[in-house]
Amino acid sequence: MSKVIEGLRYAESHEWVKVEGDIAVIGISDYAQHALGNIVYVDMPEVGDEVTAGEDFGAVESVKAASDLISPVSGEVVEINEELEDAPEAVNADAYENWIIKVKMSDPSEVDALLDAAAYEKLCENE
Amino acid sequence: MNLSKLNFFLTKKKCRVKIQKCIHLKPNIFMEQECQKTCLHDRHVALGALMSPFAGFDMPIQYAGITEEHNAVRQHVGVFDVSHMGEVRVSGPDAYRFVSHIFVNDVTGAPDGQIFYGMMCYENGGTVDDLLVYKVNDQEYFLVINASNIDKDVAWIRQNAEGFDVKIEDQSPYYGEVAVQGPEAEAAMENILGIKVKDIPFYNFKTFNLDGEEVIVSRTGYTGEDGFEVYGSHDFTRKVWDKLMDGGVQPCGLGCRDTLRFEVGLPLYGDELSADITPIEASLSMFVKLDKPEFIGKEALAAQKADGVKRRIVGLELEGNAIPRHGYPVEVNGEQVGEVTTGYRSISTGKSVAMAMINKPYDKLGTEVEVRIRKKTFPAKVVKKRFYDKNYKK
Repeated sequence: MSKVIEGLRYAESHEWVKVEGDIAVIGISDYAQHALGNIVYVDMPEVGDEVTAGEDFGAVESVKAASDLISPVSGEVVEINEELEDAPEAVNADAYENWIIKVKMSDPSEVDALLDAAAYEKLCENE
Repeated sequence: MNLSKLNFFLTKKKCRVKIQKCIHLKPNIFMEQECQKTCLHDRHVALGALMSPFAGFDMPIQYAGITEEHNAVRQHVGVFDVSHMGEVRVSGPDAYRFVSHIFVNDVTGAPDGQIFYGMMCYENGGTVDDLLVYKVNDQEYFLVINASNIDKDVAWIRQNAEGFDVKIEDQSPYYGEVAVQGPEAEAAMENILGIKVKDIPFYNFKTFNLDGEEVIVSRTGYTGEDGFEVYGSHDFTRKVWDKLMDGGVQPCGLGCRDTLRFEVGLPLYGDELSADITPIEASLSMFVKLDKPEFIGKEALAAQKADGVKRRIVGLELEGNAIPRHGYPVEVNGEQVGEVTTGYRSISTGKSVAMAMINKPYDKLGTEVEVRIRKKTFPAKVVKKRFYDKNYKK
C-alpha cells in the first residue's frame, strides 16, 4: 500500500504540493515512485524558469521509461533539489522527503483545485 | 506525470486468441486488449511480477526489478519465460531448398544440430522478421520467430512455399519455452534440471527424450551471456520452471531481456529491424550471404551493399546523465540526421548509450552529434553498437 501524507495536496498526475506561504514544494507521490521502479534520472528545470499548471516541467526516468512531470501550479522555479542530480534513487527511498522543485506561485488559488490526501488515496486505489 | 508511458511494451496488436483481459496500472483504450497467457502465467502472478501486454501476451516485465534481474544474468544465472516466441517446423524433400529461399543466411553444408541467426526479407530488402533456424536435418528445419510477428511470418512462409514440396506447421501453440541465461547457466541446466548440456556447442542444439516427450535444448539466447533455450510442452515447461525456482534461479522479465540484449548490440524487431529497415541498414550484413545463388530480397540487398546505404544503425554515447529513448531525434547543427532506436542508461557500464539510425555521413565512428531529449539537446559521439562485451562460451 502506497503512503499518502496528510496535509499535502495532490495532482491526479501523481505530483504532490506542500504549500509554504507563496512557495509550492513539488515532488512525486509514493504511488508514483513505486510504479516507476528504480529511478535513474530526474530531469529538472533551471532556477528562474517559468512553469505552468498542467504543463510538463521535467521528467523522471526509470530504467525503461521517461515519465513527464506535470506542474500542479504556475509560477517561477526558485530552487531545484540538486541532490537528485547525483542521487535520483533518493526519490524511491522517500518520495515525500525528496522534493524536486520549489515554485513561487503566481496564483496560489490553483492549489484549491488539487486533491486532498483522502481523495488522492481513493484515486490510487482505483488505478 | 504520465504513468501510462510506463506501459513500454504496449502494442496495438490484437491477439489471435481471446482468453483474458489484462489489468493494468492505467488502463487506456489500447490496454484493454484481450491477451493470451503463456503456460507460466499463473507462476508470474504468484511471484508478484509486474505484468504488461507484449506482442499480444500478458507478460512479466519484472519481478525483483530490472537492475537486479539484469545483474543476476550478467553475474550468475536467470530464467526467462519466452513461451510467447513462435515456432514453425518446415519439413519435406524440399526443406533445404525452401529455407535457403526465404532465409538470408546460408545453411548449406551445415551439420545436423547447427543453428543459424538471420532474417527473412521482402523483395525490396525490408525485414519480415529476424529468426533462428535450427537444422534438424536436410529435410527438417525448426524456425524460431518473434511473438509479435507470428501471424505475419506464417502467412509469409506459406505464401512463398508454392512450388516447394514442404510441410509447414505453426507449432507455436504447442511449445512453451524458457531461456536459462548467465555464466552459471550450464551448472543450472546440469545440476538443477539434470539435463546434460556440457557438450552442446554454442549455436547448436540437441533433442532429448525427457518425461516421455521430445524436448529441444539449444545453446542460444538474447543476453550476450552463455545460456540455453529449452522448448517443450506446456506441462514440461511448467516443471522446468518450478525446478529452477526451487533451485534458487532468479526469474527475469522482459524489462531486463531488453536491457541485456541492448548492451551487447543485438537488434529487436520493431526497433532496429522492420519492414522499412533492411539488414544492411541495421548493420547486420554479416548474416546476409550474397554469394548464395538465390533468396528473396537478394537483388535489393546486393544493390544496397554495392552502392552503400543512405543510413545505418550505429551506437551513440552521450555526455551527461540524460537518457536517450526510442524515437528521440539525433541532430547535427540543429538539423535532424537520424533517430534513436533503443536507448538506456547501461546497467552494466552506467553510461547513457543508444542505438540509432543515422544518415550518412554522420554514421562514422567518432562523429559528434546531439540527441534531443525533451527541450534540450545533449552532445553524443558515434561509437560501436556494442556497449558491453559478450561472454559466449564458444
